[in-house]
Amino acid sequence: MRTLEDVVAGAPLLAGLSRSHLGLIAGCGRNQRVDGGIYLLREGEPADRFFLIREGAVALEIHSPGRGAIIIETLHPGEMVGWSWLFAPYRWQLDGRTVEPTALVAFDGACLRGKCEADHELGYQLMSRFAANLVQRLQATRLQLLDVYGNDRALR
Amino acid sequence: MVPEPFVVVDRRRDTADTCTLQLEPCAGAPLRFSPGQFTMLSAGGAGEVPISISGDPDRPERLVHTVRAVGLATAAICGGSPGARLGVRGPFGGPWPVAGIEGADVVVAAGGIGLAPLRPAILWLLARRERFGRLVLLYGGRAPDQLLYRDELGAWSERGLEAHVTVDSAGPEWLGHVGVVTRLVHRAGLDPARTVVMSCGPEVMMRFTVSALTECGVPRERIYASMERNMQCGIGHCGHCQLGPTLICRDGPVYRWSELEPWLAIREL
Repeated sequence: MRTLEDVVAGAPLLAGLSRSHLGLIAGCGRNQRVDGGIYLLREGEPADRFFLIREGAVALEIHSPGRGAIIIETLHPGEMVGWSWLFAPYRWQLDGRTVEPTALVAFDGACLRGKCEADHELGYQLMSRFAANLVQRLQATRLQLLDVYGNDRALR
Repeated sequence: MVPEPFVVVDRRRDTADTCTLQLEPCAGAPLRFSPGQFTMLSAGGAGEVPISISGDPDRPERLVHTVRAVGLATAAICGGSPGARLGVRGPFGGPWPVAGIEGADVVVAAGGIGLAPLRPAILWLLARRERFGRLVLLYGGRAPDQLLYRDELGAWSERGLEAHVTVDSAGPEWLGHVGVVTRLVHRAGLDPARTVVMSCGPEVMMRFTVSALTECGVPRERIYASMERNMQCGIGHCGHCQLGPTLICRDGPVYRWSELEPWLAIREL
């Protein structure tokens, strides 16, 4: 049977962390199962958690008056949901909704921030990984902004 | 250089601005072609444009083109109802390397209307499914209602294609992926040593897709891309489609990425 620490160790974002750091991170997490269509995050609400998706998918949405919810990205097994727990004022900036029944590890953000304060090496390692993930997702967002398909040329 | 007359026998609207036409020659034999080739299509008085063939190469009786109406000529071609006549020259250009990659895992990476030139390759590969390892489609579009061949994706999957589809944005009713096509590369779990990639789409999309593929270890020599430039004559005479030392209509449109990359890095080209 896989322990929570094993599950955490399998997350691509956390690859290469020491067993002791993985244990500290796992100590702030708990397994959670959520039905489809449930909001894990709501824009403006306290960002006190983040999630590792084990199964299922989570859609990140922005609500636009007159247009309703617009999905801007979906996240899938192995990916992390939520950055806002890392940065003051710790408020969600998007909505996050499960697209289907989803299994997660839910981490207590305050618990992990406290451990990062106490162990700056853990803090550095975690920040480095989240920063790399932020850069990847920022680059993807830039590509979306280009609207490459909308401006595609006539050929084909 | 003289267009052959073809008649539109069927027209299907794929998206708000894109339709698929089936054509038959007014006289003579059907147009045999290889996956990846294109024709020069013309509508009387509206001009001539290069359009990739999107039909089944094993069933050349009907010439199939998926056309996006973005200008005078393409709008006139797209508007061709059954019975309308169009001019056809070709087929031109070289094929996707489908015949030389037996045993490989084949990844088809398409963006937007770039799936149209890859459809013949997909149909060719599916007709010979047992000769290949994994067949993987990575397809990105702007929005769910702008995806091509939605009614065919299920049938392709049943025949052994792993289809990963994503859109740039969607409403809450969409249950599929949302995000850029490059993110599908990491999710596909490719074996880089066995993988051959055929890619077509906006150039910037292909560039970033290749970047994701090479991060996964796929060599540039095993990545092929279909290029577009200002093709006018289709036979390498006018020089409008020059890219570095090559003419895309004559030497392309399909190239190995390792050959293309130095020329794409020159911003003036």
